[in-house]
Amino acid sequence: MEETIRIHQLSKHYRGSDRYALKDLSLSINRNEVFGLLGPNGAGKTTLISILCGMIAPTSGEWWLNGLSHRKNRRKIQQQIGIVPQEYALYPTLSAEENLYYFGSLYGLSSLDLRQRIREGLHRVGLADFAHKPIKTFSGGMQRRVNLLAGILHRPNVLFLDEPTVGVDVQSKEVIMALLHELNAQGTTIIYSSHHLNEAQHFCTRIAIIDDGRIVVEGKPQQLIASVAGATSLENVFIHLTGSQLRDYA
Amino acid sequence: MRKLSVSAYKEVLLLLRDWGGLAILFFMPSVLIITITLIQESTFKAVGESTLPILLVDEDQGEIGRLVADNLAEAPNVQLITEANGQRLSQADASKLVSDGKYQIAIVIPEGISEELNGKVAHNVERILGEFELTAPDSAAQRQRSEQWEAKEIIIYFDPAAGQAFRNATKNNIEKMLSKVEVEKIYHVFIDQMELENDPGLLDGEIITFKETIAQKGGDGIIPNAVQHNVPAWILFGIFFIVVPLGINLVKEKNLGTYIRLQTSPVSYSVVLGGKIVTYTVICFIQFALMLLIAKYVFPLIGLIAFEPGDQLPLMILIAFVAGLAAIGLGILIGTVAETQEQSAPFGAIFVIILAALGGVWVPTFIMPEVMQKVSAFSPMNWGISAFYDVILRNGTAADIAWPLLFLLLFFAATLLAAILYHKRHQAN
Repeated sequence: MEETIRIHQLSKHYRGSDRYALKDLSLSINRNEVFGLLGPNGAGKTTLISILCGMIAPTSGEWWLNGLSHRKNRRKIQQQIGIVPQEYALYPTLSAEENLYYFGSLYGLSSLDLRQRIREGLHRVGLADFAHKPIKTFSGGMQRRVNLLAGILHRPNVLFLDEPTVGVDVQSKEVIMALLHELNAQGTTIIYSSHHLNEAQHFCTRIAIIDDGRIVVEGKPQQLIASVAGATSLENVFIHLTGSQLRDYA
Repeated sequence: MRKLSVSAYKEVLLLLRDWGGLAILFFMPSVLIITITLIQESTFKAVGESTLPILLVDEDQGEIGRLVADNLAEAPNVQLITEANGQRLSQADASKLVSDGKYQIAIVIPEGISEELNGKVAHNVERILGEFELTAPDSAAQRQRSEQWEAKEIIIYFDPAAGQAFRNATKNNIEKMLSKVEVEKIYHVFIDQMELENDPGLLDGEIITFKETIAQKGGDGIIPNAVQHNVPAWILFGIFFIVVPLGINLVKEKNLGTYIRLQTSPVSYSVVLGGKIVTYTVICFIQFALMLLIAKYVFPLIGLIAFEPGDQLPLMILIAFVAGLAAIGLGILIGTVAETQEQSAPFGAIFVIILAALGGVWVPTFIMPEVMQKVSAFSPMNWGISAFYDVILRNGTAADIAWPLLFLLLFFAATLLAAILYHKRHQAN
């Protein structure tokens, strides 16, 4: 299997915090995988994604994307990745098309190519008729679909998804998941973080459960379920490994 | 370059759809410049041109009271009031009318002031003439009488709401008038004592006059007036208010989640800021042009003097451009450091007001206390106003404004660098 992301002993300690958000985390993600990052609140999932996307710097450790070290190739790495954050990362007063045009332009796409991709993308997610409407008039599900399009217009090698279906209606969720499957089939590696364990169980090809900044377990969903006696779902595995204790950090 | 132009275009679109932001950027400075200039113009008129009612309480009922009343009655722009409800005003009436805010000023001539002044002047004239042996020498009894004269005070009541500048100006005018009365009195006593023929023409006109000349470079500069002073100051104030919407713009971006996309895109923070700098620089120019057009064409329509940039328009544009950059740098720094709109908006607005106060927008820096003058030297608004005044009022050249422009550019560079470094440090932590 060809390795897309390699992480070696990655640690992150936020200034003023009394604990490590990530501690000596090592991980390897292969090309074309749908890799699930699961864990309770404060486990370190968002910190890991933030580091891999170049939003924050690690305290120590190394990581590579397609052989490119994060230390010297930040822009090249960012050109190859896409992110769909949990927040609606769109300008509410701009139309869907204007938002997509702006974010697509940041990846150096030509105007003609970009407009073609926007047209196709909006058609694909059922929003062709709403291209010129401001985002603030969209429902949650419509905004989620545009949010996803903004992360994939430049056809990234690796796509980071943070709760891509939270708060959306069933129909929108179906469109989003279908598009993600399609992207994966076309060769995009997907790194998926969510609290929807059932969705993760069916969507991901491999999963890592993170707790307290460390990887607790890693493997294919069915292997993980089989490894815990009496477990019938990923949720059983999750509770078994991370416990029922609330995780509140401030 | 394309990323920069697309970023700038996005900023333009965001602004065009933000009516509140547009109001702050264009409508408010326009209202500000008209309102402030009208108010300041009316203040000047209140002291100089419009009619001012003055209450006069004459408890003396003698020569001095009559002379003061005559002088006030002859004075332009003064309406003399000596009665209320058909009754002669008393000191208590006048005090109450002023403290109630119905009148701004009352003058009380105390009882016996004429007798006191006459006696004192006559005594002094006798002494002087005695020196020349024109009258009998001063006797010991006269000297004793002179020392016993009780000094009388003319009381002036001011409305507590009247500003210091108004009080000073009014007081100076009344003092000038009283001096004239005193001189006239001394003249008449001399005439009487020396048994000369009275020549009223001797008191007409002034012996020494002064000519007001504006010290400008070259001979064809613009004659300064309130508008020439106010317009550049308030233009600068309006330009610096760009700090508020720009700060809000950056904070909004961070809180919307779009910041995550920008941080993860292959584009540097400098390019993101570059888009904002380009857009807001254009806005500064539009603001500048708008306020200049208002000052030139709208002011005459509302009874104000038109602002005349003369031949100095290119230098004024240069100053507005550089001052705009300084304001943008400050806005970017505030927006980068602030985490909420509740932090950035009030801080930005109050900080601009402090900079304006320090910069000499309201009070000229040369009349500030020494400490504040030193502090003022660090206000970018002071550099901007200095440059505008050098160009508009002193007929200065580009070389004359090189230093303030350099300081403004350095301020822009320093604030921008601080914002980028803060952003990087924030990412590292």
